[in-house]
Amino acid sequence: MELQLIEKSDHDLFVQNLINNYQVEGVKPKDGSFIYGSIKAPEELCLDFDCTLISPKKYFLPPKEALLQFALTPDSEITPLIENDPFILFGVHPYDIKAINQMDRIFARGVPDPHYLQRREAALVIGVDPTAVAPRSFWADMGASTVSEGFDLMFTDMGEHFIVEIGTNRGRNLLEEHAKLKPATTDDARERVRIRSRISHICKKRGFAFPKRDIPKLLEHSWNNFLWEEQASKCLSCGTCNIVCPTCYCFDVEDHVDLDLAHGERIRRWDGCLLQDFAAVATGENFRETRASRYRHRFFRKGHYLFEILDDLACVGCGRCASGCLPDIADPVNLFNKLKEG
Amino acid sequence: MNQPMLEDSPYLPKWAEITRIEQLTESEKLFELRLVSGEPLGHTPGQFVELSVMGIGEAPISVSSAPAENGVFELAIRKIGNLTTAIHGSVTGDRVGIRGPFGTHFPVEEAKGKDLLFVAGGIGLIPLRSFIRFVLDHRDDYGEVIVLFGAKNPSERIFLYELEQWGNREDIVYLDSVDKSGPGWQGNVGVITTLFSKIHVDPSRTFCIVVGPPVMYRFVILEAKAKGIPDRQIFLSLERKMKCGIGKCGHCQINHLYVCQDGPVFRYTDIFDLEEAL
Ligand SMILES: Cc1cc2nc3c(=O)[nH]c(=O)nc-3n(C[C@H](O)[C@H](O)[C@H](O)COP(=O)(O)OP(=O)(O)OC[C@H]3O[C@@H](n4cnc5c(N)ncnc54)[C@H](O)[C@@H]3O)c2cc1C
Ligand code: SF4
Ligand code: SF4
Ligand code: FES
Repeated sequence: MELQLIEKSDHDLFVQNLINNYQVEGVKPKDGSFIYGSIKAPEELCLDFDCTLISPKKYFLPPKEALLQFALTPDSEITPLIENDPFILFGVHPYDIKAINQMDRIFARGVPDPHYLQRREAALVIGVDPTAVAPRSFWADMGASTVSEGFDLMFTDMGEHFIVEIGTNRGRNLLEEHAKLKPATTDDARERVRIRSRISHICKKRGFAFPKRDIPKLLEHSWNNFLWEEQASKCLSCGTCNIVCPTCYCFDVEDHVDLDLAHGERIRRWDGCLLQDFAAVATGENFRETRASRYRHRFFRKGHYLFEILDDLACVGCGRCASGCLPDIADPVNLFNKLKEG
Repeated sequence: MNQPMLEDSPYLPKWAEITRIEQLTESEKLFELRLVSGEPLGHTPGQFVELSVMGIGEAPISVSSAPAENGVFELAIRKIGNLTTAIHGSVTGDRVGIRGPFGTHFPVEEAKGKDLLFVAGGIGLIPLRSFIRFVLDHRDDYGEVIVLFGAKNPSERIFLYELEQWGNREDIVYLDSVDKSGPGWQGNVGVITTLFSKIHVDPSRTFCIVVGPPVMYRFVILEAKAKGIPDRQIFLSLERKMKCGIGKCGHCQINHLYVCQDGPVFRYTDIFDLEEAL
């Protein structure tokens, strides 16, 4: 592992250099929360946050994106729209990087999806270790305190300076070209381990009362558990738990026609399996008619179905669903612990 | 990560031209199509395509014809929503988008030399017709063939000309029924399961292929089992909402399976214990 050091006094210069050369997206405070947005000046970038409202998946799978463009004439050409403009995504916590790694696998497996993959390829991801833990986070228990891949650079706030781990050659080039660096010592490396385990320890306060690898098995015996019905009776079918989740990726596809009635686009937009019509077809049949069946489906997807593909739970413990759910029934920690109790 | 080329978008349809349209019933039309590129569709009976009318949208539609040498293929479509209404308004020579073929197919090879029992309910006959026609095109490759077809009422019976042909053939058994009789109907009245008492099968060598509305499966499977047909020789085609056809959008899931890729044709033994399947 290769570590470098950037003095805090030199950090703004690095960010400014990036802004001068790239489109930079990063975390900004907004109305008491944190969001991802365009960074136009170094002081806008915030690396000291607990959790953003919406996850960075929006950069690779936008809430709404055009897949195809066409003219409404009989022989017109249909053009796929695949974006690959390079950009820097600065300030992604390890749990969100873990989620991105999972999405990379999903969109690359089987029939690869270049609309996702090319955006992903075009991004330079600069990770940052959390300096604070959101009240509902449990990423430490999900094994997402650190990640070994999925970032080009990884920053850790050490007080006076940042330690930067180099993840890829692209990251190294970026750093060497734009930052004033000092070599990191083995003491720095040791201090980084200490800082990381301190924050991870705080996060460990929330978590499962049993080993998380047991969740798929637990679910196998829980299809008819009364909890689905009981919890879902409070569900608003609002889909917030899907929207905010960094590992939810279901989408809808529809055509939009321009006002000139001569051109159009086929777009995809985020969809959510908690929404009432998610599995409803034109005959009126709804294959997940009840709130309980939709509510259960989400937990089975996170804890069982996708496990077969990812060899891991499709939940990274960010806690966004828990803080976003009005009746507070979306939290995986609460639900799985309750299921375990019986 | 590999770098796919722009034209690799799996959402990009190919143009196909409508070469013939036939009104089947009040709400169903048959469309004969040919890919503008001249290449064959390359489907196996049971597979489906994603059909596009640009500006309106896309929908999964089964290929209803058997693979043909002249490169044309047929879709039979019920008018029910946006896309299906738009396609019903098109005329010969119009162009539509086609992606696919997608999904699993009927046991065309596995059933060779064996007997076949086809059970179609309503527009379930659309996908099943592909396999039935394939079998009739290669009649010597298969043993006994029985076709059972049930419709709600006489006016919802599709492919009338072919049904009559099948009924007249000596080398297959064709029986049909309607749930509710109507003007001019002289045939059987009753749900499709009532036809089972009229047939004889050699269960160990019979493949039972079932396609129909969701409510039909459970009852038909009970009848097939009562005849002694082994579970692993029962195949079904299931319908779910679909938005991509390539295992990404999440709409078509039955528990952990994706109907667009793991289906639509399933072996009964692969799904009988899935809570969301039947
Ligand atoms: C594997 C498969 C094969 C099919 N084969 C045929 C066929 O041969 N002939 C036929 O008439 N119908 C078939 N259907 C049903 C057909 O796809 C729907 O009737 C059609 O999608 C309705 O689209 P719409 O735009 O007219 O309706 P809308 O209600 O406007 O539907 C909007 C969108 O929802 C989705 N959708 C709605 N209903 C269905 C559905 N039943 N299944 C999947 N997605 C749906 C589609 O993406 C559709 O474009 C098949 C469905 C599946 C899954
Ligand atoms: S956020 Fe809560 S209320 Fe809304 S759909 Fe999810 S579980 Fe239901
Ligand atoms: S399920 Fe909830 S806690 Fe888990 S990754 Fe999704 S939003 Fe975060
Ligand atoms: S139709 Fe999108 S996953 Fe099957």
